[in-house]
Amino acid sequence: MTLALDIFTALAVSAGTFFFLAGTLGLLRFPDTLTRLHALTKADNLGLGLVVLGLLPLVEWPFGAFKLISVWLLVQLSGSIVAQLIADFVQREEPRA
Amino acid sequence: MSTVFIFDVALVALLIAVATWIIAARGTFLAVVAFVAYGLLLAVVWVQLSAIDVALTEAAIGSGVTGMLLLGAASRLRKTEVAAVSAGAALTWTAAALCALIAAGLAAVVLFPPSTIFTLAPQAMAHLPESGLGNPVAGVLFVYRAFDTLLEKVVLVLALVGVWSLAPDRFWGGVPGLPAYEQPNSVLTLLAQLLPPLGIVVGIYMFWTGANNPGGAFQGGTILAAMWILVMIAGLQEVPSTNRRSLRFLVVVGPAIFLAIGLVGFVLADGFLAYPAGYAKPLIIVAEAALTLSIGVSLGLLAAGPPERIAQR
Amino acid sequence: MASFLTAAACLVLGATAVGLLRILRGPADADRMMAAQLLGTGGVAALLLLAAAVQSPAIVDVALMLALLAAFASVAFVRSASHSQSKPPPAMNPR
Repeated sequence: MTLALDIFTALAVSAGTFFFLAGTLGLLRFPDTLTRLHALTKADNLGLGLVVLGLLPLVEWPFGAFKLISVWLLVQLSGSIVAQLIADFVQREEPRA
Repeated sequence: MSTVFIFDVALVALLIAVATWIIAARGTFLAVVAFVAYGLLLAVVWVQLSAIDVALTEAAIGSGVTGMLLLGAASRLRKTEVAAVSAGAALTWTAAALCALIAAGLAAVVLFPPSTIFTLAPQAMAHLPESGLGNPVAGVLFVYRAFDTLLEKVVLVLALVGVWSLAPDRFWGGVPGLPAYEQPNSVLTLLAQLLPPLGIVVGIYMFWTGANNPGGAFQGGTILAAMWILVMIAGLQEVPSTNRRSLRFLVVVGPAIFLAIGLVGFVLADGFLAYPAGYAKPLIIVAEAALTLSIGVSLGLLAAGPPERIAQR
Repeated sequence: MASFLTAAACLVLGATAVGLLRILRGPADADRMMAAQLLGTGGVAALLLLAAAVQSPAIVDVALMLALLAAFASVAFVRSASHSQSKPPPAMNPR
């Protein structure tokens, strides 16, 4: 059982790390502020979600798991709203046709 | 070469790069953003040095609230920024040489410590259970060096009075000019409605857990202050007038209760800030609760700045 | 497991580092505002991995604090940048 859980953790954390690297690649290569914002918020948040998922078997139930999920929910909430705020700012600065 | 070592090396390299960026930055906005990033990274460094309480405080104060204060200062200075004269080469190189000297001194102290390092840590840990606390940092703050903590909290009130005194005389007691976010009906309103309840719960949790785990009144109070500032920035709440009695009461209630507990020590125990046996932990919790509230209100008012107009009646 | 988690934290930190240095260079203020958000996710992930690696639940508290304050810092950045875009700087009171 613990071996299966360990494999699950390894897979989830590796996938999460991969998405972080992909997000950074997007940051480096995308041509435009808004597309870079996309890469940052979507890919990194997904990476964080997978990392949290992978760490869930390792922490004590229920309080540790509850804290991990709260951190993830908090980052989701703030990340999505901050992305909208920044995009709003960019839109006002350089209005597109 | 263990993975932890690689992690530490990467962290230090990143820190130095960001620090260089802050110094070399042209505009104040870039410098402040880099400074906030630096503060958040420094929190990870404190974690690696096993100083979790310091990491919590660094993330709270060193990046969030200080970044906001710096941005406020930068916006007030914007008119003079164009006319500012950049420092000459001689001054820059002298400053760099002095900084390098300090860094070399610190490195020497860490790399070549004296043969016997004097420390009180074993005795501090040995007597900690008598106070009922489990967190040694809380023990130092509220038992062994309680006097320093009381003075620090009074200093916070004095700093607030200092900031208020920057206003012209006719505005004393007026409303601070905290600039709100200008776009009405923006998504910031949603954030300012959803985040503060969570933040308040986290802030109270941080204060409560500080007795036995890393945390404490200062970290909890800073979160409360940040949530209050967020609500004010979003325009969901008016910036309060600084002559409001309830506000001033909240600012001083923390140090006042702490001082009262200290004076009670003359009567019930050995002296100033001595706790009667068995009552140490409840008294400390009461003091910390009041201090959390005071710190939250004081930091929020510090970030709001000096009064800039008289409140409309 | 511990060294695997630390290695993952290392990679996440590296990704965050490269991203941060790219963002700080970004041609406009709008790019630089993203720095707090980047650290709010990358730094939090690295801290959570470290917390599991060394089995110290207190580090999760630091991640919680980091997430909250990074969000707050991002709002402060957006507020400051939009404030400077729209209004001319306020005249200083003569002293």
